[in-house]
Amino acid sequence: MKIKNTILGFAFAALSMVAYGQEKNKKISFEVNGKCSMCKERIEEAALGVKGVKFASWDIPTHQLSLILNERKTNSMKVKTALVAVGHDTEELKATEVAYDGIHPCCKYREDNSDDGKHH
Amino acid sequence: MRNFLIVILFSLPFLVFSQRNIEGVILESNPGNKSLGLSGANVYWLNSQIGTISREDGSFVIPFKPEYDQLVISYVGFQSDTLAVTTPQKLRHWLKPSNALEEVVVQKKRDALQKSYFSPQNVVTINSAELLKAACCNLSESFETNPSIDVNFSDALTGTKQIQMLGLTSPYLLITQENIPMVRGASQVYGLSFTPGTWVESIQITKGAGSVVNGYESISGQINAELVKPLTDKRLFVNGYANMNGRLELNTHLNHAISDKWSTGLYLHGNYRNAKEDENRDGFLDAPLGNQINILNRWQYQNPEKGWVSFFNLRFLNDEKQAGETNFNPNTDKFTSNSWGSEIDTRRFDSSLKVGYVFPELPFQSVGIQSAYSLHMQDSYFGFNRYNIDHESSYTSLLFSSIIGDTRSKFKTGFSFAYDSYTEMVNTLDFSREDKSLGAFFEYSYDDLKKVSLTAGIRVDSHNNLGNFVTPRLHVRYLPWERGSIKGSIGRGRRAANIFAENQQMFGSAREIEILGQEGSVYGLDAEDAWNYGIGFLQGFTLFQRPGSFALDYYITDFRNQVVVDWENPQAILFYNLDGKSAARSLQLEVNHEVLKNVELRTAYKFYDVETDYVSGSLQKPLQAQHRFFANIGYVTKLKENGSQWRLDYTLHVLGKQRLPNTNSNPVAYQLGEYSPSYSLMNAQMTKVFSDSFEIYIGGENLTDYVQDRPVLGAEDPFGVNFDTTIIYGPTMGRMFYAGFRYKL
Repeated sequence: MKIKNTILGFAFAALSMVAYGQEKNKKISFEVNGKCSMCKERIEEAALGVKGVKFASWDIPTHQLSLILNERKTNSMKVKTALVAVGHDTEELKATEVAYDGIHPCCKYREDNSDDGKHH
Repeated sequence: MRNFLIVILFSLPFLVFSQRNIEGVILESNPGNKSLGLSGANVYWLNSQIGTISREDGSFVIPFKPEYDQLVISYVGFQSDTLAVTTPQKLRHWLKPSNALEEVVVQKKRDALQKSYFSPQNVVTINSAELLKAACCNLSESFETNPSIDVNFSDALTGTKQIQMLGLTSPYLLITQENIPMVRGASQVYGLSFTPGTWVESIQITKGAGSVVNGYESISGQINAELVKPLTDKRLFVNGYANMNGRLELNTHLNHAISDKWSTGLYLHGNYRNAKEDENRDGFLDAPLGNQINILNRWQYQNPEKGWVSFFNLRFLNDEKQAGETNFNPNTDKFTSNSWGSEIDTRRFDSSLKVGYVFPELPFQSVGIQSAYSLHMQDSYFGFNRYNIDHESSYTSLLFSSIIGDTRSKFKTGFSFAYDSYTEMVNTLDFSREDKSLGAFFEYSYDDLKKVSLTAGIRVDSHNNLGNFVTPRLHVRYLPWERGSIKGSIGRGRRAANIFAENQQMFGSAREIEILGQEGSVYGLDAEDAWNYGIGFLQGFTLFQRPGSFALDYYITDFRNQVVVDWENPQAILFYNLDGKSAARSLQLEVNHEVLKNVELRTAYKFYDVETDYVSGSLQKPLQAQHRFFANIGYVTKLKENGSQWRLDYTLHVLGKQRLPNTNSNPVAYQLGEYSPSYSLMNAQMTKVFSDSFEIYIGGENLTDYVQDRPVLGAEDPFGVNFDTTIIYGPTMGRMFYAGFRYKL
């Protein structure tokens, strides 16, 4: 009985590790500013460039970036740092003027932040 | 009642404006052949502000305006496609992952001309109406408007058309149906005519060594036919066809959705030809008499929430052909010297099952299993020659695909098991054998999302007759500048030559069959083994504001071992292992352009240098034109509001002289000279679409009425030593007109 309890205890412990621990395939999504399919390419490439990001898809109309990432290797802040480095604003982090100037003229979302989703 | 009226009032605007929208679905093209909608794909009109994003299930609606005609569909990680869309319509578009192998895609089911000209690879996405351009009749005839594949005549008796790629005949191609190896073994020669044209949804043509996922047998290329699916095909489809030579054909598709997850389709095909024709008055039928009944039942299961997809197919085929002298009557003349005749009766049963699972939480990870069983029974005789072959085949493969690190690096891995049992009787000799093979494969692909992508695959197989061997294959593509792409490939292929099944035309001759091999494991011969190398360049351009493309490719197939089929002695056919060199070199130059609005021109020049060391010396492959020119002009009128439209299509093939097998040892009357004359063939077709549901077509083949002189050598004495129906370089049938209709619901 004692052994059984011990085993059960371990099993529950292991389960809670899985449940509360860092997930290998964590799904997250957040808003990233941008306009067009060129932005989409740049955003997704920058996100995938972060070690631990497995899957990245940016939706043009909703501006949502969906990610699947390994929480043991990275987190959303690291991805956001990579995004602002290529010139795309996120809620917490904004791109520097230098980085923003580097993006293609048609991607200048700060000048024209209309909902371009309808046009692309 | 009031609610009902409101519903009607609200649907009215939809009815009115539905014609002004392009509705469609963007799907992910994937090997497991699952209908996966791509959500979030960009769909927009080129040079415009109008665009949209596909929804969760991949569907989209985009307003149509006459001033736009190029619809761009793009999605990161996939090849962008630009479709020439000039009319409001429904679209179903498959986007290819951008590291897929080089392919020419012949897509059916879309009514628009389609060209993906800034695709990163040598991908020519030929228009959707492609398969309709050659209205008749089966898969072997689907390639006549496509320059990547050559269609040749195989013999003067059976009217069979043989296809070639890179200068090599179909045994060197891996032909798959929904990625399950299909036209092989006993069905090698006639198998393409066992898939009715209307069943085909699309065809993918890969030049050069293909993917290791589908096996080691492809040497010069791979052709995959996707059949229509119960879920997406029309509820009812009827196609009737009749031609001047007495061929009648009827195709019926019935599709039914049982629930939102299950659907089934029943596809019936029948053709019948009973008109005896002998235009050249040599006493032999210009085309065989025949009939075929072909029944396919498909079941499709789809559960996108859970990630499951499945297909189950059952097919039965009965095919009968009669060829030979016009006065031959099988009941009284079979195995007599009254007159010479031949009958080829084939019965075939096919079944296949596919199950695929995409991990709902991990869209990049999937697992699939496919399994197929077929039984092929052919009974045939050619004069006094008897040839019977039964081929039982089973094939299973398991495939797992996922990523390494992130979605830029993907892999596929799995294993496959194949079992083939041949019961083969050539006259009184028994050549029965069993082939068993087990293989494991791993394919890695990388795409930097910008300039470079590559696919590297390797497989290890263990085969009871071919031994243990490794098959490596590599494809690389590089985008040096906008709309330009350079690609290279290298790969190895291996196969056992089924010498009798692949060269059945030899039975229609007085030739002795000699096999000069002892040690080898199949017919005393060793397995064929070849390397294929290729490079290609593709450049898209815009001329007079209309799109065009230029493509150049060069491939070498270098045989390390080959089963040489030697026709150089007119009294014999020899089979032996290659001693020396054998290589096929192919150069293809292609220019496509929308020369006028709605007029698409496709041109190609091909040069083949296929040289083999025969016992009689090093020679070019016989019955193959070294120079070929191809042109196709397609014209489509603007689709009217009521769905009516005209489609016109014209194809020209020019074939240079062909080396004829040596006939010098024959008496002078039966000698044929060294080369055939060069000639050209023309086909044309006109389709009148009355509405979305009804269209009729008329067309003509071989409009210049070119017919080969003396297709049957020694026709006056078919039981004599100089009888030969195998030296065929051109058509045996003259000009032919046909007409037909299509009805869809």
